[in-house]
Amino acid sequence: MSLAAKLPKLRLATVWLAGCSGCHMSFLDLDEWLIELAPRIEMVFSPIASDTKTYPEAVDVALVEGGVGNSDNLALIYQVRQRSRLLVSFGDCAITANVPGLRNPLAGPAAVLDRSYLELADGSAQWPHAPGLVPELLERVLPVHELVPVDLFLPGCPPPAERIRAVLDALLRGEQPLMEGPEMIRFG
Amino acid sequence: MSVRTLRIDGRDVASADDATVLEAARDAGVVIPTLCHLEGLSPVAACRLCLVEIEGSAKLQPACITPVSEGMVVHTATPRLQEIRRTVIELLFTEGNHVCAVCVANGHCELQDRAVEVGMDHARLPYRFPDRPVDLSHPRFGLDHNRCILCSRCVRVCDEVEGAHVWDVAWRGEHCRIIAGLDQPWGAVDACTDCGKCVMVCPTGALFHKGDSEGEKHEDPSRLAALLRARHARQEAP
Repeated sequence: MSLAAKLPKLRLATVWLAGCSGCHMSFLDLDEWLIELAPRIEMVFSPIASDTKTYPEAVDVALVEGGVGNSDNLALIYQVRQRSRLLVSFGDCAITANVPGLRNPLAGPAAVLDRSYLELADGSAQWPHAPGLVPELLERVLPVHELVPVDLFLPGCPPPAERIRAVLDALLRGEQPLMEGPEMIRFG
Repeated sequence: MSVRTLRIDGRDVASADDATVLEAARDAGVVIPTLCHLEGLSPVAACRLCLVEIEGSAKLQPACITPVSEGMVVHTATPRLQEIRRTVIELLFTEGNHVCAVCVANGHCELQDRAVEVGMDHARLPYRFPDRPVDLSHPRFGLDHNRCILCSRCVRVCDEVEGAHVWDVAWRGEHCRIIAGLDQPWGAVDACTDCGKCVMVCPTGALFHKGDSEGEKHEDPSRLAALLRARHARQEAP
């Protein structure tokens, strides 16, 4: 029996809030290291690697991509915080609101919807309306740590695969990743 | 010129009597972070990043405008100063709209670099997301107030080096911003010579060349010092 098989597997989740999924794409850029990662973790929730629709209990590490921009994001982030041991703000949108936050200087959801669906429309100008299906926009897109406590910040737009690997490697060894220097904490 | 001797971070330093603490420190190889300071322009102590502790003084002093004095004992990197510097950078990031990912200066931005140096992996202060305009009235250049940190390098270079004095700092508090002429669209200001020095010295992506896309602004503000040396040499030539 190999050493890896004897260690309890890290229960890993990845979460996609108001972001472009670029951080998840960067995660996939880990390429062949994903094959090394696979036996050391149990992927319990992820838009790219799991069909589970409900956020599970007792998650060890949650990588959260995106700011909190709508009612679904808001409900999910509270659940993620409650059910995860270590919450990682994964990428600039989670940390600063970044590109989704470009809408924040506009005066709230009505102004955002007017701008996007009426003023810039080509023909069939109308607000999207599907109560219960399309989540309502929040007043502003907020960084995750302005709503719930965050344990680790992993900046970058997206964080380069090497940076993600350095963080996961340390966490798998039970160590706190050293977040300093341009390789680890540069925004953008 | 006479010489002053002082101690900076435990090192004995000798410097000219008309030097600032910042100049003396840099000559001695001690790095004090700066943003508004630029060699070739008069110092204004606007950004507060270069604050240092001077023994015997209860107040922190900006190194860029504090003259050296005999026997002065300076500390440049105490935990208190490091905490203040990180907070200054966080204040700058949260006060405006600095979206590195879509900025012309991404990868070549002094604010972005300083954030790494002070260890800012997130802002502990809430973001303000102010509503600020972009001035695209000049045929060649643009001014994005969202990215402006009010360092006033553009104001100083235009006044002191180009001699045109197009720029000023207007209003107060959260309304404080750079204005062209008498608060006119930049393109309507006849005094502008289109020289582009303001774009060259801007530490962020606030002033930029039209047509530059994300990460395409590659200015080198230190070129100003070379320009001034060349101008001086020409004036001195027989």
